Amino acid sequence: MLQNLPIPFLVLSFLTILSALYVVTSKNPVHSVLALIFTFFTISAHYVLLNAQFLAVVNLIVYAGAIMVLFLFVLMLLNLSKETEPVKSNWWGIAAAISAGSLLLIITAAFQVSGEAVAKNPVEGIGLVKALGKVLFTRFVVPFELTGILFLAAMVGAVLLGKREKGTDALITKEESRG
Amino acid sequence: MSILNIFNQVEISHYIYLSTVLFAIGLFGVLFRRNAIILLMCIELMLNAVNLLFTAFSSYMGDADGQIFVFFIMVVAAAEAAVGLAILVLVYRNTRKTDVSFLDQLKG
Repeated sequence: MLQNLPIPFLVLSFLTILSALYVVTSKNPVHSVLALIFTFFTISAHYVLLNAQFLAVVNLIVYAGAIMVLFLFVLMLLNLSKETEPVKSNWWGIAAAISAGSLLLIITAAFQVSGEAVAKNPVEGIGLVKALGKVLFTRFVVPFELTGILFLAAMVGAVLLGKREKGTDALITKEESRG
Repeated sequence: MSILNIFNQVEISHYIYLSTVLFAIGLFGVLFRRNAIILLMCIELMLNAVNLLFTAFSSYMGDADGQIFVFFIMVVAAAEAAVGLAILVLVYRNTRKTDVSFLDQLKG
């Protein structure tokens, strides 16, 4: 089944799954972030294979460039490392593996029953900015504007949450100086 | 133009399996890890699995709507990451840890 597939697809899929596993299992949070960035790079390569060039670039800029740098900054701000990583017993790992494995099994089994239902009709140039922009600014223009409101709300919320309140801070410094 | 003609050589079922495996790995991470930042990262991983499947279906069927949906999912993921990390910094400032066990101290 697998040997008929083209080499680039196989190598990319292998790298994607491997780095995703490393994100989950690595003890050091900084290694997890870097592995996740690598996963996003391989997913972008998949987008290029799938003729979705605009999404490939946006994925790199938004995820690898903006979101993951935000994660990295917060990790370094909070000074987290291998030593501060909370440990969990093996039972948790077994239970989590069984749950995730059952989900995998059920979804693949459901797909085998339902079978192939996709009409192959690849169109040239569908993933370019011109084609996507036409759809985005005609049929999806209302959701696009609502997205702007969502971003504004998220931005105001993040700023409000991040603002220092004098009362709580004083409490913490008092507790820390005492203990 | 694609680098190789993937639509004739790879069936879409392989993309479905790949995304399902990625999603299951993300779910395993959410259940297994206790560090709240890693939890957020695993959620991003699951969102990316969905994005990959949306793009695969969109490309195979020649319909641009799926790729627009991926665009919206990215927007929501960015907003979610910003607010989630802000909450996390706030919790860390108050409790000095990012363990998800802080959740059992919530009242209300």
